[in-house]
Amino acid sequence: MAIEVDHVSKRFGDFVALENVSITVGDGALTALLGPSGSGKSTLLRIIAGLERPDSGEVVIGGEDVTQAPARTRGVGFVFQHYAPFKHMTVHDNVAFGLSVRKRPKDEIRGRVEELLGLVRLDGLAGRYPSQLSGGQLQRMALARALAVQPQVLLLDEPFGALDAQVRAELREWLRRLHEEIHVTTIFVTHDQEEAMEVAEQIVVMNRGRIEQAGAPRELYESPSNEFVMSFIGPVNRLGDAFVRPHDIQILAESDGTGTEALIERVVHLGFEVRVELKLHDGRELWAQVTREVANELELREGQILSVRLPAPRVFAS
Amino acid sequence: MSSSDAGALSIPGPAGAARVSDRGSAGAPPAAAGARASRRRQLGARVIALGYLALLLLAPVAMIFYRTFEHGISPVINAATTPSATHAFWLSLEIVAIAVPLNTAFGIGMALLLERGRFWGKSILGVMIDLPFAISPVVVGLSLVLVYGKTGWLGDWLAEQGISVIFSVPGMVIATAVVSLPFVVRETMPVLRELGVDAEQAAETLGASPWQTFWRITLPGIRWGVVYGVVLTTARALGEFGAVSIVSGRIEEQTQTLPLFVQDRFENFDSTGAYTAAVVLALLALATLLAMNLLTRLTRRKTEA
Repeated sequence: MAIEVDHVSKRFGDFVALENVSITVGDGALTALLGPSGSGKSTLLRIIAGLERPDSGEVVIGGEDVTQAPARTRGVGFVFQHYAPFKHMTVHDNVAFGLSVRKRPKDEIRGRVEELLGLVRLDGLAGRYPSQLSGGQLQRMALARALAVQPQVLLLDEPFGALDAQVRAELREWLRRLHEEIHVTTIFVTHDQEEAMEVAEQIVVMNRGRIEQAGAPRELYESPSNEFVMSFIGPVNRLGDAFVRPHDIQILAESDGTGTEALIERVVHLGFEVRVELKLHDGRELWAQVTREVANELELREGQILSVRLPAPRVFAS
Repeated sequence: MSSSDAGALSIPGPAGAARVSDRGSAGAPPAAAGARASRRRQLGARVIALGYLALLLLAPVAMIFYRTFEHGISPVINAATTPSATHAFWLSLEIVAIAVPLNTAFGIGMALLLERGRFWGKSILGVMIDLPFAISPVVVGLSLVLVYGKTGWLGDWLAEQGISVIFSVPGMVIATAVVSLPFVVRETMPVLRELGVDAEQAAETLGASPWQTFWRITLPGIRWGVVYGVVLTTARALGEFGAVSIVSGRIEEQTQTLPLFVQDRFENFDSTGAYTAAVVLALLALATLLAMNLLTRLTRRKTEA
């Protein structure tokens, strides 16, 4: 189901959490709400779920105005940041909860839970308690629990925030594939731009309770509409008012007169990527991103003085 | 507290440690001496704790048991089966059976209100909940007489309706409920805070009604706090003397609870009767504690293994 958030504002005391926010999420889309902490992204997610009421504005899910509807009638699956497991229930009972409050027949519940535990790869753990599961397993249980009631919309609040790097990468990939399989309209909140770029089809960049820009990951990266988006998505060098992407800086083998002279202060090898920290002749500092091949070919080392070509810098009207 | 205060407070720790190693360096290696000193300190603390308990609690209770069964079992059985003793026993249980569920329901509701609610006067309400602990039970009894007694504020109207509160069971239930009011509230609130609202909100998004959420998520989540509160409430209700003594009128075989019966027997030089009833009271309290312990173990093993 498509989601429309129309001119929503929300305050907590003096703090403005959301100011006149509008977004549209297409049916079946996978969208990320991306922003630093305090940007209002979680509040927006909770307003869509019905866990918070907006001070003004409307929330429309599947063409129906649900602004005043309680969370339990919205048909929304919500996965909490810390999973919110029902600690006194087994994995089976956790996943079955939504069906059992709807008083579905026992056989149907058992079948559906089994199917879901298979989907999230927790088969065989139905009898365990949440305290016996790892972070990644809890996360998948929370997801199965949310999916059990066949929600029209799936909302995830920092779904991978509390997991270690490896499990995180695995789950991201898996969430993407899951979405391809079940195609439920999904919105997830994250402060990690890489995560948003990797998983989402559409990214909504938020800052201080407002939306800075919304669009496909590539669009945001290639044509950011303002300074914030430019510096929040992808690495960036700031030269006064101008911005330059590190991979757009060309290091020249031989000075041809078109470049700027620069001193290499440090070379950091990060595997395929090599990070070259430079000081320009006018004292400005920046870093360039080159591949391992280029670094080897040019025999880059500290203290070397060479010529670099800067791309046309991007300047945003303030 | 300012940061400099905190700094000053942290000094005794390191200084204390230094003293221990100073003493150690006189003879044996410092580490061994330190370990021996800490073992000695531990032993000392244990002796003091046990001695304190023994003097204040174990010895008196043991004495009661000893004096009760001093002349064998048959005088005890005789004393326990007199009509006034059995009446007192059942009356005590009756009052507990009404007051404890009342306070449990009230306590859980009040804990939810104080922990989750946002309203004006919340802190005042929080203080009021503790009043029954601060006020002497005798004062509670007297104030109930002032309100519900014949000449009292509500007593007149109640008497016209044919309801007598003072000098009868309703008044005793009220007195018992008042003095044991804070236990469930105070034991439940911290557990409720720890539980948080995430699980409840998760239940809500899964389609649970507020009622279903309370019974299936909140209550199981706070059950240990509630159980502990109920046990304390029960123990307090069983043993209540002061407030009940005033509102009951202490009429034998009518408004005499077990504690009142103990005092009555004691004043009438029937020590066997007094001791027997005291032992019954102690056993009831013990049974409550054991029941809680058993319950805790059974379910905890299941969820936290």
